[in-house]
Amino acid sequence: MSAQFRAQLEEAIIPTVIALLIAIICGDLLIISYGQAPGPVYRMLLEGTWGNWYGFGQVLYKATTLAFTGMAIAVGLRAGLFNIGAESQIAAGGLAAAMVGIWLPAATPGIIAILVCIIAAGVMGGGVAAIPAVLKTKFGAHEVIVTIMLNFIVLAFINWLITAHLHQPESVHTATIHAGFLPRLQEFFPAFHGAAANLSILVAILVAIALWYFLFKSRSGYELRAAGLQPEAAEYSGISVHNVWMKAMILSGAIAGIGGINFVLGYEHYYEDGFATGAGFLGIAVALVGRNNPFGVLVAALLFATLSQGGLAIHAFVPKQIADVLQAIVIIAISAAVPEVRRLLLASRKRVTA
Amino acid sequence: MTSPSVTPAIRMTGIEKSYGPVHANSGASLEVMPGEIHALVGENGAGKSTLMKILGGLQAPDSGKMEVNGRDVTGWTTPDAIKAGIGIVHQHFMLVPTLTVAENIVLGMEPTKSGLFDGDAANAAVEKLGRDTGLIIAPKRKVADLSVGEAQRVEILKVLFRGAKILILDEPTAVLSPPEVKELWAVMRRMRDNGGTIVLITHRLDEVMDLTDVITVMRAGKTVGKLVTRNTTPAEIAKEMVGREVVLSARDKMKSGVSAPVKTAARASAGLELRNVVVTDPLRGRVVDNVSFMVAPGEILGIAGVEGNGQTELIEAIAGLRKLVSGTISIDGKDVSYFDVAHRREVGLTHIPEDRHRRGLVLDYSVANNLVLGVQNRFSSGGVLNERKIGDYSAKQVAAYDIRPPISAAYARGFSGGNQQKIVLAREMGHGFTVLLASQPTRGVDVGAIEFIHAQLLAARGEGKAILLVSAELNEVMALSDRIAVMYRGQFAAVVDAATATTEQLGEYMIGAKKESVA
Repeated sequence: MSAQFRAQLEEAIIPTVIALLIAIICGDLLIISYGQAPGPVYRMLLEGTWGNWYGFGQVLYKATTLAFTGMAIAVGLRAGLFNIGAESQIAAGGLAAAMVGIWLPAATPGIIAILVCIIAAGVMGGGVAAIPAVLKTKFGAHEVIVTIMLNFIVLAFINWLITAHLHQPESVHTATIHAGFLPRLQEFFPAFHGAAANLSILVAILVAIALWYFLFKSRSGYELRAAGLQPEAAEYSGISVHNVWMKAMILSGAIAGIGGINFVLGYEHYYEDGFATGAGFLGIAVALVGRNNPFGVLVAALLFATLSQGGLAIHAFVPKQIADVLQAIVIIAISAAVPEVRRLLLASRKRVTA
Repeated sequence: MTSPSVTPAIRMTGIEKSYGPVHANSGASLEVMPGEIHALVGENGAGKSTLMKILGGLQAPDSGKMEVNGRDVTGWTTPDAIKAGIGIVHQHFMLVPTLTVAENIVLGMEPTKSGLFDGDAANAAVEKLGRDTGLIIAPKRKVADLSVGEAQRVEILKVLFRGAKILILDEPTAVLSPPEVKELWAVMRRMRDNGGTIVLITHRLDEVMDLTDVITVMRAGKTVGKLVTRNTTPAEIAKEMVGREVVLSARDKMKSGVSAPVKTAARASAGLELRNVVVTDPLRGRVVDNVSFMVAPGEILGIAGVEGNGQTELIEAIAGLRKLVSGTISIDGKDVSYFDVAHRREVGLTHIPEDRHRRGLVLDYSVANNLVLGVQNRFSSGGVLNERKIGDYSAKQVAAYDIRPPISAAYARGFSGGNQQKIVLAREMGHGFTVLLASQPTRGVDVGAIEFIHAQLLAARGEGKAILLVSAELNEVMALSDRIAVMYRGQFAAVVDAATATTEQLGEYMIGAKKESVA
């Protein structure tokens, strides 16, 4: 059993590491072609992210948002659904958290306020996701199309709400919340001073643990994965696949929605348009790299957050777009290399045992 | 029979091939002379397919030597094999349904005229090839409109068009009706008489006896015997295949008293009863057309018929996977027409599906997880799976159904067809039920497993279960059933007593040459 576990771990880690190496080599070429030496640029990238507390705090903050959208997409993929709507679900969740935080009296006990805001964010994100879920299960509309289109509708609607009704004078954000503040990490570790990282990361970790338990230990998770792997076999066995899809899509949207608290409850304490732009789409890559495993997603989120924050750190040497390109190369390398490397890995293991 | 002056068309010696800890081939050999029809037989997982993949250049052997027409070709690639005239007709059709017959056949080496596809030339070439081989088929028909027999003809034409002189057929008759099989045999004999060499992979010993000249038997990756067809018997071949004596007919076993027939009047209500059931398909109309029957407890009702005459839809309707347009289905006297799949299972229905890869198993679930599929409620409390209970149950079922290798944690995907089917059986028959739907229960399964599955079905019958058996294997239906219904174009063409039924009589109903009005 432990040998099998080690084999699984190898399968999970080695291909990713090799994909990263490929990305680094491509990055080298890019940096060299820009007329810089790769060594100092990478050192800069690491120093600006994991090399100092502020940079690390920023990485943790970005990773938290990506962890939520990544887990949202992972749970959908486990059920065989491609939720491209995390982009608008996180925005809707963030708005809900902000509105509830504004509505709550300042005297509300912290923990209760936080929970109420989280629930509001989850309900709103899940509510947005319920639309493609219903359209898919009742009318057979493909969730990819619906969630993409819904991104435009929801984001435009929220944008209108903010600019027409909810914004503060001279700004594009709402009023500040009265309750539901999630403390920043700097309040416990002063070294993080100025960094946006906050206790939302704890929420992300708790969600990851709960999601892992749900997926791999609960009966519903068993049914969800069966429906995702082989819907016809699930249907044959008496599992209502439509029911599973409905629940999985809503759960996916809810997790993405809760991701909105990272900015709203933990960082700026108001809703601002575009606070998580790109997080929904990058979440797809995070889920892919994390192999749809909640803990894998946490690690992948850290990786992508590092590259994103690192882009800012290397700005003095090379255009920060290089970091964006690196992210893209990681995604391509992983999607192309992982199956191939896994195949080679399995083949080599066969030779050893044969 | 092997004169030293003739060079073998195929000669493979000492072939070794491992996939991880599994030795797919170890000490496999094959020698086929030109102009013979050679049977390659063996249980599932005996290594036949691997050996053919190596021959076709899809896999490289770990060691061993391979010669084609005297030339050493060890470790060649697929294009080499095609160039040398090796043509493999796969078990699963690989055709593009939206293209015509001719377009499919020339695909990859299309005739062109000034750089454009020359459809007329393709049609003419296919027509000529058809005349030369006897595989007549209209080149302009769409593949989507063909019957399975015709589609297979296209597959064979496809490899012949590529100049195949050595034809390898992987279970070609699994999906054919008896007349189609006869036709295929005629074509193969003709090809042999014209100097072609044919290797036939099959599970059906009657075919082997009928058609082939020489038989190579494989067991556990090794070639264990080479027999001359006219000097051997099916029992001898079966013994070589599994390494022990095999009871070929389930009926022999019944007669020998292993499972005595149960009085059908033992219970007042029918186990399974259908009244005027109609099922429609958006494309094909009434696929099940006003079918009524009952299956008593302790009875096996066999449904024979060429595939595609509504058997699949009938079974799916009973299982709750398809909606009824009209009619009623009752289990144990209880109307379940509007019950969903899970609810029907609770009432006592269990179902061995015809396609274990699509429906019967979640291939990327472990054996243990597959064994509780559909009954996961019984293996969880408070919404949490009881892993210990699942593990214990799995260990018990793996032993009881002799699932090999006996590893509960292994993915179902990695098992051979016969063992996958045992997983399905272990699940579907592993808990209380009153009605069993067994659809193609032994398809693609080796002789040893067939024997085991038949014994399980008969044991269930002995315990008073009502069993509805659908099989494309007429012999199987005849051996196991108490009554036989023949399905033709969505209706029961006849229901006959199995004791008096003959192959010829059933065959006529199967192809629609005869019809008896069934109440």
